Amino acid sequence: MTSDASVAPAEATPGSPQTRIDVSTAGHHRDDAQTVFECSGVDVYYDDFRALRDVTLEVAEHEVTALIGPSGCGKSTFLRCFNRMNDLIEGARVEGTIHYHGVDLYQDEVDPVEVRRRVGMVFQKPNPFPKSIYDNIAYGPRLTGVKRSELDDVVEGSLTRAALWDEVKDRLKMSAYGLSGGQQQRLCIARAIAVQPDVVLMDEPCSALDPIATGRIEELIAELKTDYTIIIVTHNMQQAARISDMTAFFSVQPNELGHRTGELVEYAPTSLIFTNPDDPRTEAYITGRVG
Amino acid sequence: MARDQLTAADLQTSLMRRVRSHTVRWLFMTAATVTVLVSALIIWTVASGAWTFISQVELTKLTDIGWFPRRGLFDLTTLLVNSVQISVIAMAVAVPSGFGAAIYLSEYAHPKVRRVMKPTLELLASVPSVVLGVFAISFITPSILTNFFSEINFFNKLAAGIAVGLLVIPLIASISEDALRAVPGALREASAGLGARRVTTSIRVVLPAAMSGLMAATIVGFSRAIGETMVVTIASGGGDTSLFNLSLFESGGTLTSAMAALGLGTDQVAGNNLAFQSLYFLGALLFAMTLVLNMAGDVIVRRLQNRY
Repeated sequence: MTSDASVAPAEATPGSPQTRIDVSTAGHHRDDAQTVFECSGVDVYYDDFRALRDVTLEVAEHEVTALIGPSGCGKSTFLRCFNRMNDLIEGARVEGTIHYHGVDLYQDEVDPVEVRRRVGMVFQKPNPFPKSIYDNIAYGPRLTGVKRSELDDVVEGSLTRAALWDEVKDRLKMSAYGLSGGQQQRLCIARAIAVQPDVVLMDEPCSALDPIATGRIEELIAELKTDYTIIIVTHNMQQAARISDMTAFFSVQPNELGHRTGELVEYAPTSLIFTNPDDPRTEAYITGRVG
Repeated sequence: MARDQLTAADLQTSLMRRVRSHTVRWLFMTAATVTVLVSALIIWTVASGAWTFISQVELTKLTDIGWFPRRGLFDLTTLLVNSVQISVIAMAVAVPSGFGAAIYLSEYAHPKVRRVMKPTLELLASVPSVVLGVFAISFITPSILTNFFSEINFFNKLAAGIAVGLLVIPLIASISEDALRAVPGALREASAGLGARRVTTSIRVVLPAAMSGLMAATIVGFSRAIGETMVVTIASGGGDTSLFNLSLFESGGTLTSAMAALGLGTDQVAGNNLAFQSLYFLGALLFAMTLVLNMAGDVIVRRLQNRY
């Protein structure tokens, strides 16, 4: 159903920031990297309010892609497009196209539930279920029909992968609410990877954590990269610089009606964004002059 | 300095104002005291009446063939069994539909639908119970139950139980809906993010998280059902007597309907036996039951809340 105009980044509206950067040919990604997501001309509306305008970018497999920008620039809104989480918000509407391994995510036949089993999510505040540690991890696998006899292994494997196993192996039957904030967030990461997703979306996963817990999550993200594609929204520019391969900088400018519509300003390898940004707005933001 | 020296009198309020504020305070205190006194008086009256009954009645009369107060037969089992039977039927009707309505309103309904539906549901709670009693004998029994059970009595416990259930649905639905809505949206998002459908999220995450509230709703509903008088008196209690039976198709008096009958028939029962005093005894029993029920509910709710 996609028209040519909406797919080809080269034909994006003149003057829009995307015209300068053609990710697919820029050679930023590893040569063998496969494209996981291909977004073109993505607009997001909440009822009549346009929250995000004309985003075009590609996300490569087994890379960490960071979405940065000031508050209200639509980066979390954009993140939620990848697993159709915006569908849960009354009045939210996505225009443009997002292809996931070549499949249009927003075509009618696509079941958002199936998408979310492949594209997991970790939220800003740790949100474990009011259940035991074990049942938190087992929740997803049980949905997909993993056999009871295999659950123990899945739980142990996921907790190990999330670097939490040693801390909780003796209290799996105890409430997840007894864990510290950092442990709860690693539990949520373990819970997300227990369903063996392809992609893990993280919406400011460290914003509620102290620096030590944040450091542990960052180490974890670096390790998870070998198995998963990670897209992370962060307010913390040092964090983006430390952990990501690609960085997308979003900004927001009030229009003539005072509406604040976010847009993608620049998308480039993280090392470039932080050392030699193309756009003056990016430079102003990363040097701390704005935002 | 242009101003005179400040004296204590300048800072004093007028006598009038002081009197007024004292009076107001006194009025409010009286109102509070009166309610406490009235409650204490009720409890004392009931308890002393109950004591008169229990200290004078032959204890063998408390377990007999049925409830025949004018003949001096006070079989409590009859009334207790009927009360419990009718309340259980009522809960069987009200809990599934109350929870169902609550889940729909909290998890599925469009905000616009909820804005209309919840007040409508709560309006149902204000249907007078006498109307539901009449509804039971004029519709539930003749138009529905007789089609399934040909041998059913015109006055029967089943219809009474169903009607009480209808009465309790809005109560349970409303409390449950509040409990479900209090579950943080973050938990729903977490579940959806793991690829759970809405129905799975409702059953496996939202319902367990709201369990203490749902228990509270059930217990409040049960209390209301066991204390319901008018529906039962009209639809099942019939007269002031009741022969012990377990059949749901037969009539049967409950603690409440027996009290209503005794209260109405004072000219008949004020005789040489203890019929009138038994009214107080039943009242005390009912009071104790609902008290225990509410306290047990409190304990359960607190225990569930502490679990996580």
